[in-house]
Amino acid sequence: MSITEDEARKVAHLARIAVDDAQLPALARELSGILHFMEQLNEVDVEGVEPMTGVTPMRLKRREDGVTTGGMPEKILSNAPDAREGFFAVPKVVE
Amino acid sequence: MTELNRMTIAGARDALAKGETTSVELTEACIAAAEGQGALNAFVHRTADMARQMAAEADKRIAAGNATAMTGIPVGVKDVFAVKGVPTQAGSNILRGFVPEYESTVTRNLWDAGAVMLGKLNQDEFAMGSTNESSCYGPAVNPWRGPDGQQLTPGGSSGGSAAAVAADLVIAATGTDTGGSIRQPAAFTGTVGLKPTYGRVSRWGTIAYASSLDQAGPMTKTVRDAAIMLGAMASADPMDSTCADLPVPDFEAALTGDIRGKRIGIPREYRMEGMPDAIDALWKQGAEMLRDAGAEIVDISLPHAKYALPAYYVIAPAEASSNLARYDGVRYGHRAKLAQGDGIVEMYEKTRAEGFGPEVQRRVMIGTYVLSAGFYDAYYNRARKVRALIKRDFENAFADGIDSILAPTTPSAAFALGSVDKGDPVQMYLNDVFTVTLNLAGLPGVAVPVGQDAQGLPLGLQMFGRPFEEGDLLNQASVLERAAGFVAKPDRWW
Repeated sequence: MSITEDEARKVAHLARIAVDDAQLPALARELSGILHFMEQLNEVDVEGVEPMTGVTPMRLKRREDGVTTGGMPEKILSNAPDAREGFFAVPKVVE
Repeated sequence: MTELNRMTIAGARDALAKGETTSVELTEACIAAAEGQGALNAFVHRTADMARQMAAEADKRIAAGNATAMTGIPVGVKDVFAVKGVPTQAGSNILRGFVPEYESTVTRNLWDAGAVMLGKLNQDEFAMGSTNESSCYGPAVNPWRGPDGQQLTPGGSSGGSAAAVAADLVIAATGTDTGGSIRQPAAFTGTVGLKPTYGRVSRWGTIAYASSLDQAGPMTKTVRDAAIMLGAMASADPMDSTCADLPVPDFEAALTGDIRGKRIGIPREYRMEGMPDAIDALWKQGAEMLRDAGAEIVDISLPHAKYALPAYYVIAPAEASSNLARYDGVRYGHRAKLAQGDGIVEMYEKTRAEGFGPEVQRRVMIGTYVLSAGFYDAYYNRARKVRALIKRDFENAFADGIDSILAPTTPSAAFALGSVDKGDPVQMYLNDVFTVTLNLAGLPGVAVPVGQDAQGLPLGLQMFGRPFEEGDLLNQASVLERAAGFVAKPDRWW
């Protein structure tokens, strides 16, 4: 399976990574090479095998549904590139 | 006494207990060694003031008689672990300027045990890489040099940790291993690297690459040190739902040196075409050493081993694409400068294009592709099924009475920096051919230096153990370590 430039553009957009049009042919070639490598998996008979979700057989831990932490907006915002008045600031989202 | 920074954890612990040295002296020796490390580029951020303060506290604790084995031991921390108040970037430009407000469980446990923080160590960006060349700080350099003095990779992703341990800049270091990132650098630098069972060590505060595979572990000078340090790093943890609710045993107490009657498997699928003779010979010698110590060596089959690498390179990027979605220029790290009229999507796309290096971008895109509508079953689900079969291979071997498995760690010794073709990522992925299987199966594994190649470069073997039986595994590895008697050190050129 190989990836076209159009598909590479689509994947880059889905991944929210800006890619110049000039870089698309190289990107498509690299991604195709990796996918080709993955296609060895088609040799394996996986009939009736359940896809693995977790490697250690364990029941996920449970606890009381309650608030265990919070009340630290300054700490949460301390690393933000743009924080104002106790909020994260971003470019306009809604027209 | 030898130079203090060259000590092992066990040696330093005993010297501290007897009052032959102090943590302050040990720490000053490591700080001095780290100051002269520029050419190795192992440290990306040094915390000398913090270290001095912690060492003074440790000496008080030792004097008060409530020291642990790690009290007063100066260690380096891979950049991927959040350390409160210390820059933490996982080797990525997208986290430039990030200073965590919280502490990872691994480092919290180490500081609670009295260990001393020397600084943050270099790594491949987001732990994606086998050469350390994807780091935003430039690569760490192997203290071992090539025959003509050429600079070699210390391996990756925990390359800074391996270089720092091998060059005696630290007594020990933390690493993380998603597809071999502890064991491969250990093999390239003649040091010991332990990847614990998945769930033995908490992932809280460890910047995520592939959550079902990531596991933190110790990188040390000896197997005994790995046992001691794992004991301090591991804990049950309510902050990580996949961290096992198991008591942490005394791993060091398991090092009896008696492996009589152990059945050690040699997986025939690991005998690969084109494997260097030196590595094949080393593997045979390792098996003989274990046999001489009373173990039974058994040929075994792991029939799906050859599919581990392609399965890994579906599953790990899929999880990475999801984990790395959080780097969006909103909550932390880098945000791109925006042009007039740019909206939020342009902000995401420009930020991520500027902040992520090429290998991270590639893996995020591959992961996005294999998870996208129409390809999810063909790639991601198929890989997860193959992963189940890979794990079953090991379960079958253990059910047949195998106690551990012996294999080479890497398909070659350390190679020159810059020698891997950047345009052919699959070539770099082949470095992980012997290591990824273990992560897919969630098992513990330890890399031990066993010999040197014709150029004098270190070569290692790894042993895989049963889940949550790191003590037994380390005991077997300690026998291999002792029989191999690897004592070579790199000449100091840096």
